[in-house]
Amino acid sequence: MLGDALSLSLGYNATLVTLGATLLGAAAGMAGTFLYLRKNALISDAISHATLPGLGIAFLIAVAFGWDGRQLAILLGGSALSAALGLYFVNWLTRETRLTQDTAIGCILSVSFAFGVVLFTIIQVLPAGRKAGLESFLLGSTAGMLYSDALLILVLSIITALVLVVFLRPIKLVTFDASYSETLGISVRRVDFIILTLTLAVTVLGMKIVGLILIVALLIIPAVSARFWSEKTDIILITSTAFGALSGYIGSAISAVSAGLPTGPIIVLCAFGFFLISFLFAPKRGVLAVALKHYQFQKTVHLTQGLLSLALRQSIYEPKTRRLLQRFGYIRADGVVTEVGKSLAAKTLLNEKRWSYWQETLRESDQFDGQVVFSLMDIETKLTQDQILLIDQGLAARKGKKL
Amino acid sequence: MGSEFVALGLTPILIAAFASMACALPGNFLVLRKQALIGDAISHVVLPGIVVAYLLTGKLSTWPMMIGAAGAAVTSVILIEMIKRLGQIEYGAAMGVVFTAMFAAGVLLLEQSDTSRVHLDVEHALFGNLETLIWLQSDGWASFLRFEDLAQLPPQFVRMFMVLLITSAFTYVFWRPLVLISFDEAYARTIGARATIIGFLLVVLATMAAVAAFDAVGSIIVIAMILCPPATARLLTNDIKTQVLLSLFLALSATLVGYITAGYLPLWLGFSNTLSAAGMIATVSGLLLAISAIYGRHRNRIT
Repeated sequence: MLGDALSLSLGYNATLVTLGATLLGAAAGMAGTFLYLRKNALISDAISHATLPGLGIAFLIAVAFGWDGRQLAILLGGSALSAALGLYFVNWLTRETRLTQDTAIGCILSVSFAFGVVLFTIIQVLPAGRKAGLESFLLGSTAGMLYSDALLILVLSIITALVLVVFLRPIKLVTFDASYSETLGISVRRVDFIILTLTLAVTVLGMKIVGLILIVALLIIPAVSARFWSEKTDIILITSTAFGALSGYIGSAISAVSAGLPTGPIIVLCAFGFFLISFLFAPKRGVLAVALKHYQFQKTVHLTQGLLSLALRQSIYEPKTRRLLQRFGYIRADGVVTEVGKSLAAKTLLNEKRWSYWQETLRESDQFDGQVVFSLMDIETKLTQDQILLIDQGLAARKGKKL
Repeated sequence: MGSEFVALGLTPILIAAFASMACALPGNFLVLRKQALIGDAISHVVLPGIVVAYLLTGKLSTWPMMIGAAGAAVTSVILIEMIKRLGQIEYGAAMGVVFTAMFAAGVLLLEQSDTSRVHLDVEHALFGNLETLIWLQSDGWASFLRFEDLAQLPPQFVRMFMVLLITSAFTYVFWRPLVLISFDEAYARTIGARATIIGFLLVVLATMAAVAAFDAVGSIIVIAMILCPPATARLLTNDIKTQVLLSLFLALSATLVGYITAGYLPLWLGFSNTLSAAGMIATVSGLLLAISAIYGRHRNRIT
């Protein structure tokens, strides 16, 4: 069954939904990357909750005019308007009052959501309201989705993705370096506006599939996951887009074959799966890689310190250092230094002396900060032959002076 | 104000008022410490906590639920901190990852488990069931003097009252360090205030208020009450003491106005149904914020 869903052979509607969810995930991954890089991730939370009053009002207006209030286009239009209003209020509160952005986000999201709930209690008692199915927008539901709805979401997702691609260059510049892009004549405000508009579009489109409470996840999680894999905007963007698309694709396929499972949570948990993989296993920034690096650094420090002590004929009390020296065959179990140990100890001492001499000769302005531990590096791989020759001459001269 | 009001209206109003004030108290310091969205995160992760507690115990009784909710809240705070530190991810984004994923897991568990027999669903978690917290045994104000009637008060009444007492006591006892860490954490450290511990206790306190209030009034009102009254008060005064007292007053006013608007306004206007009380209370608190954001004396950053 799942194979059928993944290979898009579950019928026209399910296929459209899966395609829509995939595109939506991709668009969310893209827009989310920029939100995240502009340190604006949680503003999507306010946008998504602010859709609720619009949903209710759109339904009420539609019913008042005698239309079918369940028309997706009307509902999405209303949601988009009220989300835009919520976004405007968040920005206004942050700009015009002394409240911080997180307070503004929290206030707007809770109050607009609460107002939406009040509207829902009005709708529930209307004759047309009983089967309005507006609850499906909270957690997303693709079951019983109309063909026209699926098509609408698909088309709008394509447009969103296209707009993103068109504005990719200026957006990338601003997220990379806002002040530099100002000098190139790119308005940071305008680019932020575009990013937020795209976020809004993704949020509104995602309401039917993922639900408005969880669409935030699709905007944040893929971007955060992608950040683990690279430092380059391009690669983060592509990875995030892929994570988002895959989450949408796999999630909607799973929910298509299992009745009664809300689509939103499954898509979000897929995205979280990608996050876990990235968090744990990403090279360089992943937890395992960092732990491994830390362990190796520790080992190097212990070995270097141990070898230095050997060279200076000091006793070593640290059991870990002794263990490591022994494991590498630099000392025997009874503590006697081996031949390999002796030569390496001498080399380490020379390395240490060369580095400290070199650091002394540096001018004040060339000094490095304390983060760099020079003696852990082999000087012969870091400096040129000529430099080392100069250092050795300096060391020899100093030795002569002392004698 | 007859016996009918005492039986049907008074307890929900009081429970909502206790909940609002218990949330607003720690909210004052969270707003100043730029931790405003912790309430948002907590109220989302409470859902999986309750579902897990239900699945483990098989019944929907109070204490397992409270413990489950508190456990989930603590788990989320730890996870957020872990992702922030280990992954070098900024706080807001780490929070977004954790609370959405946990909420999604909660919804999934809920849909998978057979909870249809009991009153446990997502909407209940979000909207609360304030209107059902009635005191049927009461036959008027005199019931407050009768022990056997008092014993029949909704359990949320006593619980919320206790939580309000605890938050008040905490705020009173730790007033100085709380104020210090809210305005200048670095300075607080230099003069020896236990900034980390007090900051952590503050989050625990907010969690406790949120978890207790969530059961009674739903999670929307929790987020709104942690943030809106303190934010409103902050725009009205420069003095922290005034701000805290003002926020309590605002929380109380929003509760009264909101509850009455939701429960009685439609009836007075001739409609037969009532509106969501929790939703209306939060909406009123938002309106109060809007008014102070436009007219507040200290609304600007520089005063």
